[in-house]
Amino acid sequence: MTAPAATTGDLEPSSPEPQSRERESRFSAGIIFSLPAALLLTLFMVIPFGFALVLSFTNRKLLSPLATRWVGFDNYVDVLTDSGFWGAIKNNLVFSIVTVPVQSALALLLAILVNQKLRGSVFFRVVYFLPITFSLSAASIIWLVLLNPSGMVNTVLEVFTFGAFSPDWLNNPTYTMAAVILVSLWASVGFQMVILLAALQDVPRVLYEAASVDGASAWGQFRNVTLPGIRHQLFFVITITMILSFRLFDQVWILPPRPGGPVDATNTIMVELVDTGFGAGQVGKGSAIAVLFFLLVLFLTIFQRRFEPKDL
Amino acid sequence: MTAVAAAVAPPKSKGIKKRVWPSYVAMGLFAIFFLFPVAIMVIGSLKADEVVIRDQTSLAAFNPSPFEAGSNYASAADTGNYFTSLRVSMIVSTVIVIGGMFVNSLFGYALARLKFKGQRFLLGLVVALIIIPFEALAVPLLLMMSEIQWTDTLRAQFLPFIAQPLYIYLFYSFFKGLPKELEEAAMIDGAGPYRTFFSVVFPLARPAYASAAILTFLYSWGQFLWPVMVARSAEVRPLPLGLTFFRGVPPVQWADLMAFATMMVLPVVIVFILFQRHFIEGVAGSGLKG
Repeated sequence: MTAPAATTGDLEPSSPEPQSRERESRFSAGIIFSLPAALLLTLFMVIPFGFALVLSFTNRKLLSPLATRWVGFDNYVDVLTDSGFWGAIKNNLVFSIVTVPVQSALALLLAILVNQKLRGSVFFRVVYFLPITFSLSAASIIWLVLLNPSGMVNTVLEVFTFGAFSPDWLNNPTYTMAAVILVSLWASVGFQMVILLAALQDVPRVLYEAASVDGASAWGQFRNVTLPGIRHQLFFVITITMILSFRLFDQVWILPPRPGGPVDATNTIMVELVDTGFGAGQVGKGSAIAVLFFLLVLFLTIFQRRFEPKDL
Repeated sequence: MTAVAAAVAPPKSKGIKKRVWPSYVAMGLFAIFFLFPVAIMVIGSLKADEVVIRDQTSLAAFNPSPFEAGSNYASAADTGNYFTSLRVSMIVSTVIVIGGMFVNSLFGYALARLKFKGQRFLLGLVVALIIIPFEALAVPLLLMMSEIQWTDTLRAQFLPFIAQPLYIYLFYSFFKGLPKELEEAAMIDGAGPYRTFFSVVFPLARPAYASAAILTFLYSWGQFLWPVMVARSAEVRPLPLGLTFFRGVPPVQWADLMAFATMMVLPVVIVFILFQRHFIEGVAGSGLKG
């Protein structure tokens, strides 16, 4: 098997054998090329990750004169018996269950529209992608104006519902998550669209020609040529949207009257994390939330690998 | 010419006759959906504060009157500290993008082409680290930063984001896919690994660099969660945080906020429109690994 040194990432060549100059310079270059990134990864990912695991079993505070001590699984018990945390999980799930299918389907629809060989399709492509260049914070601030009780959204809704429906989106807990979903859709669907557009362009034209020679309808072509042709990227889009949706933070921090509000209607795992680990300075408990969040992402990733469509 | 084109073009006799207006109607409606918030932002930044919300109930929303652009933008710059935040965002994003291109591609190249001890272990580590979202590291990192008194510094905002396992892996797979012949020829000509990388491999890898640079830039420019935790004073607030702090200054001046938002997105939008093809291809490239 491999030498133990190979698994510890030992940087010093142990007992250098007579090598050709070229191999030797390739060897030292390999280390020099790797060093900056490896060092940064160690300092800012590996160590904090290990730190999160360790801290989650302590009562560590951000600023506290008291000595840190081990508390076993107390933080995890605390978090998992906290109704606020489960409320956050529920909100994240609602957001994901709506956003993942709606955003993926809309992205596919937009991609199909702009993939047609029509005059001006590049213009529409650029327009749909434009919000990606806005950060979520800027998008949220703009939508604060539009979602105001007398904002543009309600003005349009009142026209269509003859004034019957014009909720106070951001102050009525029933509607705040819907508003968050709308803003998220606006701000990020272009990203998925572009990935699916690239996928559509890779589907061989011959397949469509063969299908139309066989007299397949537009729907038949979509089902039997388009969907199988883009299944890898479609699956990628769905899973990445799912993983990103659990990181929901910027919009729910900015849009409601207070972060996660009103009355916890948009409280998410990330808001819990920041409130606990930073706001309340409870580093130990915040680390436990971080570890649980990591386990969730890990689970989603394993799920993704497990169900990834196989090549036919 | 036309005859040849017609002969070469795929036979879509039905397709050409098919009515195109439903597609245009759909595309047009979506375009309105994506553009009207942008219009509200720009027009709102030009008019008096008190009418921004009031005008929303009619088409007056799209009429920049009474015109008070000067005082709105001045307030965003002075009260909102726009230029301080712009400077912070530019420094942080530039260091992350340029530093990231450098260290991630070098590491990716070393993993793909150079032979050294521990290489396979490091590759496995990089792949494993891709799964860890930054958010899972934020709390312990905050503690580390506050222990060494780095909160309220710019380096706390860029150092953790330079090395990115995802981009290391992206470069790794890109370099793996390059034909080896050119590098071998360079080596035979006596070029060492450094010369080979910078004069042969680097120019070939432009698409990978463009893709990674654009994605990294969009991510770092929009960063919010980490600055919320680590940037306290006005001098180190990046644009997203500056914008939300500006909103927190009562009473809320909507026109001033729209002016700040416009100045915040404008540089990126201009770059995007100039290089839209690269942006779209760059982002599309991120889906290839699916």
